Amino acid sequence: MSGTVLRGYLVPNKPHPLLAPERNPGWARLRAAMEETGKEIRASGADLILLFSTRWPSIIGHQIQADPAPEWWAVDEDFHDLGTLHYRLRMDAEFAEAWCAAAQARGLTARTVAYRGFPVDVGTIAALRLLDPDNSIPACVVSCNAYSDRAETVVLGKAARDAVARLERHAVAVGVTALSDRMFTEWMDPAQDRIHSLKDDEWNRKILELLASGRLEDVAQLAREFTRQANGDSKLKAIWWLAAVMGQHNRYAGSVRAYEALWGTGAAVVGLVPSEARVGDLEYDEDDLETFRGERGVLAQ
Amino acid sequence: MAEKGRIVTGVLAPHPPHLVYASNPPQNEPRSSRAGAWNGLLQGYEALRARLSRRDFDVIVVHTPHWKTRVGHHFLGIPRCQGLSVDPVFPNLFRFQFDLAVDVPLAEAICAEAASAGLVTKMMRNPDFRLDYGTITSNYLCRPAFDLPVVAISSSRVYFDYSNEAGDREMIALGDATQRAIERLGRRALCLATCSLSHRHFTEEPADPEDPAFEHIYNQNQQRWDDHILSLMRSGETRRIVDEMPDFIEGCVSETKDGSLTWLLAALGFPQHPGVVHGYGSVIGTGNAVVEWDLA
Repeated sequence: MSGTVLRGYLVPNKPHPLLAPERNPGWARLRAAMEETGKEIRASGADLILLFSTRWPSIIGHQIQADPAPEWWAVDEDFHDLGTLHYRLRMDAEFAEAWCAAAQARGLTARTVAYRGFPVDVGTIAALRLLDPDNSIPACVVSCNAYSDRAETVVLGKAARDAVARLERHAVAVGVTALSDRMFTEWMDPAQDRIHSLKDDEWNRKILELLASGRLEDVAQLAREFTRQANGDSKLKAIWWLAAVMGQHNRYAGSVRAYEALWGTGAAVVGLVPSEARVGDLEYDEDDLETFRGERGVLAQ
Repeated sequence: MAEKGRIVTGVLAPHPPHLVYASNPPQNEPRSSRAGAWNGLLQGYEALRARLSRRDFDVIVVHTPHWKTRVGHHFLGIPRCQGLSVDPVFPNLFRFQFDLAVDVPLAEAICAEAASAGLVTKMMRNPDFRLDYGTITSNYLCRPAFDLPVVAISSSRVYFDYSNEAGDREMIALGDATQRAIERLGRRALCLATCSLSHRHFTEEPADPEDPAFEHIYNQNQQRWDDHILSLMRSGETRRIVDEMPDFIEGCVSETKDGSLTWLLAALGFPQHPGVVHGYGSVIGTGNAVVEWDLA
């Protein structure tokens, strides 16, 4: 059987559902939704969890974790009083190398990282701890390049598909990201957490409505406008990447398992399962590149 | 009662891990080729260290862009930090064993002064906290013996979440609070703003990261902005630097958007005498200057 991407998901990038679910009912609902999603992933036949985390920034292209068993600890930069995330993860190093090679073949700068003590980001750790607490399925996580835009991110997703096909993996793809990313910048009673503004809330609900209809590519096409209007997390690169990994169409059965506030930001757990139902074959404004040939140094001397 | 303290010296002390890598200290696991791409900056730090060695300090206070906090300004509040620091962006260059003492009473005093000035603040008490590499590299480059306690102050995202102007207002208040706390506790402080000037990176790296043929300021726009800010430093026009800071930030993607330089200049009371530019050079395209304001 050839490789395939079985399902796609969006999950939050903050540690609160893992470390402090008792402090806010919404955080507890996010946790429950992630745990239920984890059961679904483990029952899906997947042999690989692919992640794109907005909490891991990179400068030199796209970095892919290739340490087969990264083990250390992490503490959130803001919410250090929630406690320490001790982790021992299971990574698919072979896939990491294949993905890196596929990305390079498509014109991207990419490299693997495998260093003792490398600081795996809080978003990845929290996601994997709730989705697969026993590391029953190996994972692979890629960084969020600070300078990349949609073109690169889409090509990066396609490179992941190349590697899935070549190694015949049965993967699920997970975007670890906030939706609206306006945080409250003061301390507050966690029980009072809410989406930062009505505007952010309305935009979050709009794209969640589309995702519930399976319209992942439509959301990817709307990402720039969403980011302008609702301060989307990292330009919604995680959704660009997820849409590319999933094949860039709208043929999914979508479900929004939870939507809550995480210190003002929009946090959602969304599932997308390929489906034959067709929802909109639309014309899009955004390019669809196969290979990245952009000149990053165009402004350089 | 403690003698009234003061900031003895303030330094713009950029933190590229490349400079530690190029120095090949025993604490750092990777070994460099010593091909020389950053020699100008390394020589600048050497000149700075020679001058700092003639001064007496009790503490190093660092404002660091690599501890990014969105809910206010945070202060390292554990008595000791040690372990292995691996740079998540340049792990090929920086895997460093460190051991630092922390001046917790001073950190608490700055935190309290900042809070009384209306800033949102937080002490960081988690003993597992991973100290950011900006604090470690700037300490190493200024005082490689690591024989002084530090205070590490996070970079609040005010500039990013609100505006450059709002960020500068908070950093001036934070700088004032830092100065008051240092005076109140009787410390003789070395204050470090550990940031670059222009901050556009190349997104590729040569086979030898230290290859001098690869290294230059990203483009002439960045270079011109850096030259302008350095000229203001040399002429002692530090208030004008802050006046122009919002444009500087927007004009060349400056890392001063993380607040460190404005904080330092405010803590120093906006010195009107020339800053001593010990070195200026590029690291992976970004503009970095080692600049000293001696208040002794």
